[in-house]
Amino acid sequence: MTRSLAMLTLTSALVAAAGAFAQTTDKNAKIGVLNDQSSLYADVSGAGSTLAAQMAVEDSGLTGKGWKIDVISADHQNKPDVGTNIARQWFDVEKVDVIADVPTSSVGLAINNVVKEKNGVYLNSGAAASDLTTTQCSPNTVHWTYDTYLLANGTGKALVKAGGDTWYFLTADYAFGHALERDTSAVVTANGGKILGGVRHPLNTSDFSSFLLQAQASKAKIVGLANAGGDTTNSIKQAAEFGIVTGGQKLAGLLMFISDIHALGLNTAQGMNFTETFYWDLNDQTRAFSKRFSERMRNKAMPTMVQAGVYAATLHYLKTLEALGGNPHDGVKVVAKMKEMPTDDPLFGKGTIRADGRKLHPGYLFEVKKPSESKYPWDYYKLVATIPADEAFTPVDKSPCPLLKK
Amino acid sequence: MTSITENADIRQPARSGSEHSIAIAAMAVILIVLPWTGVYPYFIMQALCFALFACAFNLLIGYGGLLSFGHAMFLGTAGYITAHAIKEWGFPPELGILAGTLAAAALGVLAGLVAIRRQGIYFAMITLALSQLLYFVYLQAKFTHGEDGIQSVPQGKLFGLFNLSQPLTLYYVVLAFFLFGFLIIYRAINSPFGEVLKSIRENEPRAISLGYRTDQYKLLAFILSGTLAGLAGAVKVLVAQNASLTDVHWTMSGEVVLIVLLGGLGTIFGPVVGAFIIIAMQQYLAGFGQWVLVIQGVIFVVCVLAFRRGIVGEIAYYTGRSL
Amino acid sequence: MGINTQALMAQLLVGLINGSFYALLSLGLAVIFGMLNIINFAHGALYMMGAFVAYFLLSIFGLNYWFALVLAPIIVGAFGMILERTMLQRLAGLDHLYGLLLTFGLALIIQGVFQNFFGSSGLPYAIPTALQGGTNLGFMFLPTYRAWVVVFSLTVCLLTWFLIEKTRLGAYLRAATENPTLVRAFGVNVPRMITLTYGLGVGLAALAGVLSAPINQVRPLMGADLIIVVFAVVVIGGMGSIMGSIVTGFMLGVLEGLTKYFYPEASNTVVFVFMVLVLLLKPSGLTGRAA
Repeated sequence: MTRSLAMLTLTSALVAAAGAFAQTTDKNAKIGVLNDQSSLYADVSGAGSTLAAQMAVEDSGLTGKGWKIDVISADHQNKPDVGTNIARQWFDVEKVDVIADVPTSSVGLAINNVVKEKNGVYLNSGAAASDLTTTQCSPNTVHWTYDTYLLANGTGKALVKAGGDTWYFLTADYAFGHALERDTSAVVTANGGKILGGVRHPLNTSDFSSFLLQAQASKAKIVGLANAGGDTTNSIKQAAEFGIVTGGQKLAGLLMFISDIHALGLNTAQGMNFTETFYWDLNDQTRAFSKRFSERMRNKAMPTMVQAGVYAATLHYLKTLEALGGNPHDGVKVVAKMKEMPTDDPLFGKGTIRADGRKLHPGYLFEVKKPSESKYPWDYYKLVATIPADEAFTPVDKSPCPLLKK
Repeated sequence: MTSITENADIRQPARSGSEHSIAIAAMAVILIVLPWTGVYPYFIMQALCFALFACAFNLLIGYGGLLSFGHAMFLGTAGYITAHAIKEWGFPPELGILAGTLAAAALGVLAGLVAIRRQGIYFAMITLALSQLLYFVYLQAKFTHGEDGIQSVPQGKLFGLFNLSQPLTLYYVVLAFFLFGFLIIYRAINSPFGEVLKSIRENEPRAISLGYRTDQYKLLAFILSGTLAGLAGAVKVLVAQNASLTDVHWTMSGEVVLIVLLGGLGTIFGPVVGAFIIIAMQQYLAGFGQWVLVIQGVIFVVCVLAFRRGIVGEIAYYTGRSL
Repeated sequence: MGINTQALMAQLLVGLINGSFYALLSLGLAVIFGMLNIINFAHGALYMMGAFVAYFLLSIFGLNYWFALVLAPIIVGAFGMILERTMLQRLAGLDHLYGLLLTFGLALIIQGVFQNFFGSSGLPYAIPTALQGGTNLGFMFLPTYRAWVVVFSLTVCLLTWFLIEKTRLGAYLRAATENPTLVRAFGVNVPRMITLTYGLGVGLAALAGVLSAPINQVRPLMGADLIIVVFAVVVIGGMGSIMGSIVTGFMLGVLEGLTKYFYPEASNTVVFVFMVLVLLLKPSGLTGRAA
């Protein structure tokens, strides 16, 4: 009995070994979507990003060509230590090859280090920190959708050119808000605008009235909102109440997503200006994808730019795998190949990935429509200006990333 | 009115001392062997940090009857100081941990002087408010890097000898710190100091009438608890390699309450058991996303309504031992 | 920007508006604490429920703000009474800290469930038509709705104070907390009174939620951080008196408003700093008796 069992084990081991030899090219890959599924950024990324990654796998058609691609997901709860633990475990135990999405700068940067240490592939779509491709750039990272440089540059430059030459800032009082304010101020003054002042409000403020009164008194043409999430939506809502926009001042959100506009409603959000890199109603291809996407969402929401970025980045990754032919487990090699191949996807169009990991594509300055202009559900934006891909992101000569120096 | 710790009703038999030594030794052996059984070492390290944090918290509530709802301030403060000292000042890990722990101790003195002025529910609300105050301070302070946190803290070599970037080396160092903290707490509980603390919990006016300066005892317990919570936070930096606002937020304070409540308030091993369960839950339920908070809430409610002794407390109750 | 009286006046008024939320919430906490000896950690979550109920009444039943102002406190209050009957009542005779822990757990559950169903960015709720627009006071533009919030919440606070301190029902309530056995002997149903009181406190939280719905985004976490500030308010005021919590609420709103003008960086810490000062100088709180 014991003997036959031993024989059996031995035989099966041999068969397995033989199998491994026969199939020299390993065609398995595992994608882990790590994001916020429960709080601040759950609507921006969350379950929608997981769906986007799954759709990319389906659309790539790789499963029909002998590949086995798995998508798993987890909630990092916006906690860097929870995020890093999940990521480490994914690499060590689950044998994950790719980590995708990862909003919230603190977690996004922490994961950047883990992926580098484990030589995986990092497709960041959700985090805003431009550090991912500048001071902390890594050969394992592709930063797809947007960053603070784009937000500041896109919105600041375009608005000054459109005549909004005096600015007043409402800034969330922490690193992210400061960075947005600093970058935007630089862009505004460089383009001939003037900063009339600003006020720093604490994170998660429920009442903005006193700050809005100060913004109103400044008589600036543009009130720049250097904040995020609930702070942005609350400040916009209360700005409407205090008659900021009807009084002739314009609000510029520096970090806004379509989910915020949906939550605010057009009545409140109308006239807002901000920069995004994707809008579902941009062209036929984005519309086709977004319809398919929203049908599969529980709340029928249209994709945000972060979710679109997860789709596009995953799709490009899978194309790269196909080009490599197999054995996709060396992160640096895969990312190098991703940079080598030009990108082309239905959502962001044709583009490239720069040596520092920065995906280059155009940014769009949008204005939120008036309720009377909105003809169908989710008809929220009109395009004001396009920022060409070569101006949208940190210029090569200003980036400290060593990967660019080669 | 019964005390917050129903486990206090379990009288310690005389033999408990030697039984405890055996139980503690058994725990140490299990923890030494655990990483060789295929359990993911980072998971155990994370759990050990939280276990020490919870033990420190338990010292205050389980033996002093003081519910602090702001204990995250110690965890987070020590974490920030340790991370900053190691990363920016180039401190070796041992000095970094020392700096973080001392910072937590200093905070314990200051916060304690304010908080022990009130008791019961007020004490809970005051500690919560103090930690929220610190949360906002750290959010705005330059050295914490706000929402980004202090990232990629180098692990370095402990005493210049042990390379902490080796998972197993790191594991045994973390385990050593945990056992060190655990034994200090165990000693404190079973010392004359611990006895006075328990008498204050049971009946403060009586302890005062017996001539004890109860405020001084409470302050000392608060400082000790804060310091050891700080040690947990400092060691955690070496494991996670970052320090962030999460560790100072009130949800973290709530989490440690949950850990101790689930494991057993006022039991020696309860916080350790609770920490392993809650951390495992966070890890393995991460796929459930948003439901984690709801599940934690349900555990809170169930524990308070039907399970006030906690897991270890129930075991101790039915076996008639103190654990 | 130097000190100018106009801007200062504006900030004072704005502070008063915020104070009315603090007052309503801390009043509710004080009422509950006075009768049940429980610190209601779920207060923020119930405040949030008030705002959500207002949203549902409008979006599902087409019932506008004015209906919500009456119905939401009743609905959420009833929910609160169910919580009290099924759970809180079982904690009678135990350490008060268990009440805090239980309500903390309830808050996590309520907020988590709402987050699951409605996401985190929240839902829009418009200012009722009758209260839209505003008046230019010379030193500031005062939205009509804000003025309404101050007047209405002040009225509600004073009515509650009157109910508890000056009416027969209030006298029973106060007596029942001092000596439940004796009051029961007089034929008063004490447990029912306690349930009703909890409902009243919760209703006040829900009312504050409805009032804030048009100002703030209706979000599952809208009450989560607010409740900690209100705790500090309660510690400062001391929970001994109803009037004390009302006055402290308004006062701290104004203090916070002034800080926002002079030193905005400290505006979210000022209440906590003030709490520390009060504790160092007068540990029992400004109006409270020693705990």
